[in-house]
Order: sequence, then structure tokens, then C-alpha cells
Amino acid sequence: MSNHEQAALVRQSLKRRYRKERRFRFYGILAIAIALAALVTLFADIIGKGYTGFIKTTMTLEVRFDPKTMYLEDATDKDAFSMADFKAPLLAALHDVVPEAGDSDDRDLGHLLSSYAANKVRDTLEADPSLLGKTQTMTFLVSDDVSVYVKHADDPNYSIQLSEKQQGWVDQLQERGIIQNSFNDVFFQNGDSRDPGHAGVLGAIVGSVLTMVVTLLLSFPIGVAAAIYLEEFAPQNKFTDFIEVNINNLAAVPSIIFGLLGLAVFINLFGLPRSVPLVGGLVLTLMTLPTIIISSRAAIKSVPPSIREAAEGIGASKMQVVLHHVLPLALPGMLTGSIIGMAQALGETAPLLLIGMVAFIVDVPSGFVDAATVLPVQIFLWAGSPELAFIERASAAIMVLLTFLIGMNALAIWLRRRLERRW
Amino acid sequence: MNTMNSAIDQDVPVKDEPETRGGATFNDAELEGRTVGKPFADDPKFTLRDVEVFYGDARAIKGISLDIAKNEVIAFIGPSGCGKSTFLRCLNRMNDSIDICRVKGQLQLDGEDIYDAKRDVVELRARVGMVFQKPNPFPKSIYDNVAYGPRIHGLANRKSDLDDIVERSLRGAGLWNEVKDRLDSPGTGLSGGQQQRLCIARAIAVSPEVVLMDEPCSALDPIATARIEELIAELSQSYTIIIVTHSMQQAARVSDRTAYFHLGHLVEVNETNKVFTAPQHELTESYITGRFG
Repeated sequence: MSNHEQAALVRQSLKRRYRKERRFRFYGILAIAIALAALVTLFADIIGKGYTGFIKTTMTLEVRFDPKTMYLEDATDKDAFSMADFKAPLLAALHDVVPEAGDSDDRDLGHLLSSYAANKVRDTLEADPSLLGKTQTMTFLVSDDVSVYVKHADDPNYSIQLSEKQQGWVDQLQERGIIQNSFNDVFFQNGDSRDPGHAGVLGAIVGSVLTMVVTLLLSFPIGVAAAIYLEEFAPQNKFTDFIEVNINNLAAVPSIIFGLLGLAVFINLFGLPRSVPLVGGLVLTLMTLPTIIISSRAAIKSVPPSIREAAEGIGASKMQVVLHHVLPLALPGMLTGSIIGMAQALGETAPLLLIGMVAFIVDVPSGFVDAATVLPVQIFLWAGSPELAFIERASAAIMVLLTFLIGMNALAIWLRRRLERRW
Repeated sequence: MNTMNSAIDQDVPVKDEPETRGGATFNDAELEGRTVGKPFADDPKFTLRDVEVFYGDARAIKGISLDIAKNEVIAFIGPSGCGKSTFLRCLNRMNDSIDICRVKGQLQLDGEDIYDAKRDVVELRARVGMVFQKPNPFPKSIYDNVAYGPRIHGLANRKSDLDDIVERSLRGAGLWNEVKDRLDSPGTGLSGGQQQRLCIARAIAVSPEVVLMDEPCSALDPIATARIEELIAELSQSYTIIIVTHSMQQAARVSDRTAYFHLGHLVEVNETNKVFTAPQHELTESYITGRFG
């Protein structure tokens, strides 16, 4: 074959090779485009449905604490106070702003305000008894039905429960600025509630944080210690092989199994209380450990053996080699693995259902053995609830959860960059 | 680069058959225990008798007897896979970390057994330092690289003592003038030759009696190599130096004695000029005249 022929052959095959490369690159771009499209759709859907969860609808009224209609002569009298009618001043105030409503409309009118509005009147008066007989400007949450009407009047997915007459009132009140939308601070200040307007994620956030603290404090040291032992000290024999296989298997065990284990061991055997972050954290620790051990071992393995040799060569003991050289170099990888494991744990629902963290809990937990729920379980609870107003709460809570997850992943990336610079 | 595994790759003989390329062929029986030249010394630092090293079932070192004298520079030469690195790494028990590696025979440092069960390997390595083929400074500052050994052995209690040790070691390695203004910058940021001198400074910072060098110049350019060789000549005043090298010129330049290894056997040991001018063994002659290797 002459040189010329050979060159022609090479040229031909070049064309084919380039075509192949272009095709391959196109597949790659296509795959990324599909993934991105899925992500954008997901976010658009969640944000589109959920942003209204961050909006609260309130009504501002001039409330006159009229002793006569409230049947309360002396606001400091405990007995009289407990018998007093706190709805009356609200009704009176509503009649003031909706003059066309007659006496027969009391029920419809009262329905505009959240059922907790009377409680607010009572609490205000209890805090300041001197208000009796005076007038005060107060802001109340409206009822769910009004809230849904104000936010979703045009959305066919929501059915409007208000009557034509009520809708007319609300339209008019909204025009006059008495009914207003504002940022939903209540959502971040309350625990769960039967009333969607009062339901918040603070309880779930605190529960999640407490659970994560337990998980992190247990799983990181145990996982790293196990990884270091297995990688650096354990003899290579059948037993350690067996342990290794089992750790890899545990990483693939469905999380609900860990929940059952937690129920059987921590609650039934050790007698720990149900629904508490401590048990949640223990269960999630079991679930996260394999991930942390596997990623930590990979990080230790990736430390160049030359560094190890260098340290051994000047007489560092095994422990010094590990602590002074292997661990600092492996730490970024270990942290990344741990944070990813923690992010998984943060989004975990199934095992927590089994240990009772699915209970309806109104109070924000104040400790590790207080009944609590966590964000994903709260989302699960709200998403399954029949009231339409809870659906947007669920979407809003999903956004809160995603924010936490993205934050944790960003932290993992940041830590990695920061620690790796010391190389 | 996995240096631990590469050590195995290099030194485990792939085949146990007699070497045929040199023209002459010798089998194990003809070579074992028949070292020619002057393997023994009057005032030995290391006394090594019938040393055998096994990787699993493979015999990498096949019965070597050798003395290494105080303050001498001895070069180990030989073709790849002849066992010279393996043999070197026995001297401060660097082979311990390789699970399948076993060492047999008598190995003594100043008359004390190196592989004795009661022997503390940490103490041994403080006395027998090592410089590796590839410069491997710690990912720490230049200062910390040198200070690490003295720190872990508790050689300096005060900061000023440590500063002295660091300066002395860096001067000893001929690096002080180049790095004295940037002791806090990372050791990994130096050039290859500087890194290797930093590794030498790190090794001599703990004042060892012996420095083992495993092809210390194979990753360096000729100028950096020349600097290291000068350094070896200076260090030989105060240390016993054992150097493994692939460069016969290097062995000729730096060493007092040269040992020629062949397939796990120590074929010939003699004063360097004798080995290179009048080799006694046929294999040595073939190797240094470039007929194989």
C-alpha cells in the first residue's frame, strides 16, 4: 500500500471518527437538556403552586370592646371573663365595614374571619384589661374559604366555598383595602394547626434540626471511626470482608426497614418515647452510617500512599500517620459524603412514620425528647389533608425543605473547596 | 502513582528462569550465597546475613549476606526487578506495610536485630531515615515539613530549638538560601529538585544515623540531580548512606562501594572503582558494559 493510499484511508476513517464524536456529544447535550427540563418543570410546578403559601390574607377591623355586647363589666374578673362573648365585638366590627349586611347575615358574615379571631380578641383584652370600652384597630386572618377565594378565584383546581353574597362582600372589602395580602410570617412562627391559616412549619423545622443534630453527632464520628479502622487497622481476613459486604448491603436496604428496626429496638426494647427527635435521629443514624462509611473509606483510599510512606519513613506511628496526614487529606471527601448522607436523612419520611413522628403536633418542640415532627413528614401530612388550603402549605413546605437541601449541598461544595485548598 | 504497589511491581521477579540475554546464563544455585568481591566490613553499621524476602510465595531476595560500614556511601545497582529496592526497604522495615511481604534471615543495626519482635519500628525509622523515588513532601508548609519529624519525636521543646533544627536541616540539604524567605509557603509548591532536597532535609531533621535513598534522582533533571549528588557527598561526612540507583554514572560518582544485584541475588560488591573498572563477575561486567539491563 502506497503512502498516498494510506493517507486517503486515514482521511476516510477520520471523517467517520469525527461524525461519531459529534453524535456522542449530541447525546450528552440531549441528556443534560432532558435533565434540566425535568428540573425546571419540577421547580416551576412547585413554586407555581406553592408561592401562595407564603402569602397570608388578613382583614383589618376597628374592634370596639363593648362591655354590653360582650357581657363583661370588669375585664379583670376571671369568672366573668371566661363566660364573656368575644365574637360579638368582631360581628359588630364586621357590620361596620359591611353596612349592607342585615342581622340575618350574622352567620355568613362571621364566617369571613378565621375561627381563631375570637381567641385573639380574648388574648388582647386579657393582656390589657383597660381596653374594655375602648376601640382598637386589629388585624385578623381571614377564614380559609375567603383566603382561597382571594388567592385562587380564577383557578379551576380550587372550588370556591363562598356564597355569591359573601363573594360580593369580600370583593368590596378588598377594594377598600380592608382585606389585604401580605407576607405569611405566621407560616414561620407556628407549628402545625387544624386551621390552614395558622399552620406553620416552625415546629417541623425545629424538629428536623433537632433530628439532624442527633444524626450528625452520632453518624459522623461513628462512620469516620469505622472507616478509619476498616481502612487502616483492620486485618484483611474473612471477617472484615464479611463486614465490608454487609456495610455495602446496608446502604441498599430500604429506609422503612430501618424505621421498623427503630420501632422494635429503640422504642419497644429500650423504652424510649415515641415521636421524639432522639429516636428519629437514632434511626436516621443507622440509615446514614453506611453512606458515610463508604464515602469515608473512598476518601481515605484516595490519599496518595506516598504521603503515608513519607510519614512512616521518618518514624510516625500508625496513629500519627492517620491523624496528621491521612485524616486531614481525606476530610473534604468525608465531609462531602457525610453532608450528602445528611441531606438524604433530612428528606427521609418513611422510617420516621413508623416511630410515630407522623403525629399531629401543634407545639414547637423544645428538646430532643419532645414530641416533634419533621419537614418531609409535615409535607406528607399536609399533602394528604382534604382542605385545599393545606395543599399550598405543603408546596410552601416543600420549598422550605428544598431550600435546606440546596443549602446543605452548597455547604458541602464550599467545604470541599475550602479544605482542598490546603493540598 | 501508587508507590507501594510499584515497589512490588519493580522488585518481584516475573520469572524465575535463568537470565539469557547477557550471553552467560546462571541459575539460582550458581548465584546463591556466592557473592564475589568484598561483602564484609570490619566496623559494620548493618550486619545482614542470609536475608530472604518473600512476596507471598515468590522469593524476591534469595539469601543475601552483606555488611554496610559506618559512614560509607554504598550504591545498589542492577536491572529492574532485581530486588535492590526491596532489599533497601528491609533496612528500616518499610516493607511492613505490605501484608504479603515476609523477611527472613539476620538483619542487625549496630548488633541489634531489626526484625526482633520487641524492636520498636518507630525508633528504628528515627535512626534509619528514608528518601523516596518520587519527591513526596507533605501538603504543609516548608517549615512544617521539616519540623514534623522533630515534633513527633519530641526533639525540640522550645520554638527556638525547632527553628534551629529546621534551619540546620535546610542548610544541610542545601535548600536554606532558596526558601528562607518563604518557610510558610507550601512544600508542594517547590520545583521537583527542591522538593527532593526538602525531603532530604525532612529526613535529616531527626538526626538519623543512616539515610536510605531509593532512586532519589530518577524524577529529576540533570541539574537537580547534580545538586543532590553534591549533597550526598556532603552528607556522607556524617551519615551512612545507602542509595539505590539506575544510573551507573551516579553510582560511580557518589559511592564508596557498589553492590550489583541480579534477580534477587547479590552478585558482586566491591569498591566502586573496582566494580566499574575491573568487575570480577561475568554478570556484573555484562551489566555495566550495557549488554543488558
